[in-house]
Amino acid sequence: MELKRREKDLTVWQKLYIPEIVKGLALTLRTMFKPKVTMEYPEIKFQPPSSYRGRPVLVQEENGVERCVACGLCSRVCPALAIEVQAAETELEKERYPKKFEINMIRCIFCGFCEEVCPEEAIVMSKDYELVFTNREDAIYGKDKLLVPVEKLKDRLEFLRKFK
Amino acid sequence: MPKITVDGKEFEFKQGQTIIEAARENGISIPHFCWHPKLSVSGNCRVCLVEVEKMPKLVIACSTYAADGMVVHTQSEKTLTARNAVMEFLLINHPLDCPICDEAGECKLQDYAYKHGKGESRFEEIKMRKEKRVSLGPRIIFDAERCISCSRCIRFSDEIAKQKQLTFVNRGDRVTITTFEEEGFDNPYTLNTIDICPVGALTSKDFRFKSRVWEMSSTKSVCIGCARGCNTEIWVRNNQILRLTPRRNEAVNSYWMCDHGRLDTFKFVNAEDRVDGSFIRREGKLEKADWETALKEAAKRIKEFKNSEIAVIGSAFATLEDNYLLTKIAKSIGTANIDFVRHVIPGDQDDILIKEDKTPNSLGAELAGVKPGKNGLNISGILDGIKAGKIKALLVMDDDITTFAPDTEEILTKLDLLIVLAVNFNKTAVMADILFPAASFAEKHGTFVNFSGRVQRIRPAVATTGLDRALDGMTMSRWDKFGSQFDRWMQGHKYDSKPSWKILAQLGIQLGIKIKYQMAEEVFDDLAASADAFKGLDYDVIGDLGAEIKIKVKEPTLA
Repeated sequence: MELKRREKDLTVWQKLYIPEIVKGLALTLRTMFKPKVTMEYPEIKFQPPSSYRGRPVLVQEENGVERCVACGLCSRVCPALAIEVQAAETELEKERYPKKFEINMIRCIFCGFCEEVCPEEAIVMSKDYELVFTNREDAIYGKDKLLVPVEKLKDRLEFLRKFK
Repeated sequence: MPKITVDGKEFEFKQGQTIIEAARENGISIPHFCWHPKLSVSGNCRVCLVEVEKMPKLVIACSTYAADGMVVHTQSEKTLTARNAVMEFLLINHPLDCPICDEAGECKLQDYAYKHGKGESRFEEIKMRKEKRVSLGPRIIFDAERCISCSRCIRFSDEIAKQKQLTFVNRGDRVTITTFEEEGFDNPYTLNTIDICPVGALTSKDFRFKSRVWEMSSTKSVCIGCARGCNTEIWVRNNQILRLTPRRNEAVNSYWMCDHGRLDTFKFVNAEDRVDGSFIRREGKLEKADWETALKEAAKRIKEFKNSEIAVIGSAFATLEDNYLLTKIAKSIGTANIDFVRHVIPGDQDDILIKEDKTPNSLGAELAGVKPGKNGLNISGILDGIKAGKIKALLVMDDDITTFAPDTEEILTKLDLLIVLAVNFNKTAVMADILFPAASFAEKHGTFVNFSGRVQRIRPAVATTGLDRALDGMTMSRWDKFGSQFDRWMQGHKYDSKPSWKILAQLGIQLGIKIKYQMAEEVFDDLAASADAFKGLDYDVIGDLGAEIKIKVKEPTLA
């Protein structure tokens, strides 16, 4: 079988060198006067739209109580087994609350299934994308990190009402 | 024999069977809530409506007797429409509680709503509101809203537990279940109503909200609460036992088990006072030692005594395999002083399940050979011997012998050597000179013989350091299957313990006996070859439901 050879020889025009350099410089020059699209992160931070799926968080009502009733559906549906819930009884009318709610952010794949399956709109995807940890233990987020006041999640909750 | 045709399949039935019974025996399941094979027919849920040819209206399969030549349709359009309508009625006042309901995942209403329901509701009015947390007696919480008034719990109390303690009050959609004044719902069998409740109306105070049912693994086992040996399932999550439920075995316990067996026989497995690793007493204190040191020390010190100065005590809580190995050890030491302690509460039994012998294997211990040999001492003889200074060394397996008599604890202090195999730090274990950690009934393979002579298997449900759920063929939940060592739900503590037969086998090797057992099954095979009672039996023959022993049983001699 005859092997196809890659054309290696340059054309005369390319061999002249100078025109190609000028072309490149012209592109640079033109772009210099166009409006900037690069964001100077971390000085300037990206504000995602409400459809953005950042880290999942738990909605905390105005009275300080979480919406979650620890049904464990998010934990069951999670394809990456990132969520662990331990329920306990409360005197409140909702009967159950999560004594322990942990999301392992190393396992989380940001698919949003937990949010979709939740019967209480208690777990939602936030706009938070800054996730830094230096060891496995720190990557497991407990209730202290997961609970977010409902006012801060209004965007997402409205979005869900519209499209869910 | 008369014949009936169900869904085009013709089969014979016994005269007096209802349609639902005849169909069930032939693999056709007709939906039902209120009907239960062991309870009387009440016929109030109406979900088992079926079409019978030549009958003007649909009939309920649970209370219509099968008749010769009857043609029944369980999947016809008429039947399905009626079933959907019944489901719609039942769901009208049923709250949307599934997310917070313990029954979710094993709920008949949930399953049938999925299979036979329409998937939507036309009900726009306000649902009936009732009390959601009523305490029915000491062990059960009743949610009146969830109840679909099938009356199974009422019929169970009347007919099986033989205690009329529950009743319906009010009418129509206000109907609810209550106890008679002040009496409460309290009998030895109350928790069975939770199993038979087709919805989550009755929940166990002990198990409430502990886990979703799909997060646990379940392992077939046997209850250790008394000599009945009810067949059970052990439900485990994160290497912790969360609940026990009865497993059907018509030869032993049918569908039931008692509340004592269900609540009081598993908590010691994950208790704080478990013996974790082996211990040797040095300068009056029990200090942790590795297995080899402890075994060598035990063998060395046993050899310091004369044969007749040594006694061994087996256990009716331990398996046949454990007790059989103990007899081997006794034989090799050359002592005939071997016996075990009976735990009998005279009179504490009924004609339902509970037996007065509170151990699962006293007959088994006897059959395995744990009884005094020629000129050997029995348990009280051994204790008298210790008192008199004739017995100086004692080996105790899997039991707290201080329960035998009030002065036993004092007597044991006279010993020169006390070797104990124990699950928990009980009163005998804390006095030990050398203490080995024994695996509990939920952590090992083995067999028990119940009071009637039925050999039944137990299997490991909780992993010890020597067990791996996957490699050792234990049952696994989804969490167990996919978890890694970095997941917190996989970090349930594994105790450093071994089945007593394994500890004794290793001790035997140190004492110079040839023992080559790798598995409990091999120990049993050896026992079956040497004892007439177990001739021809092996783990496969025993299977899930057990097998009768081959000799005639007389009630075990109760001391």
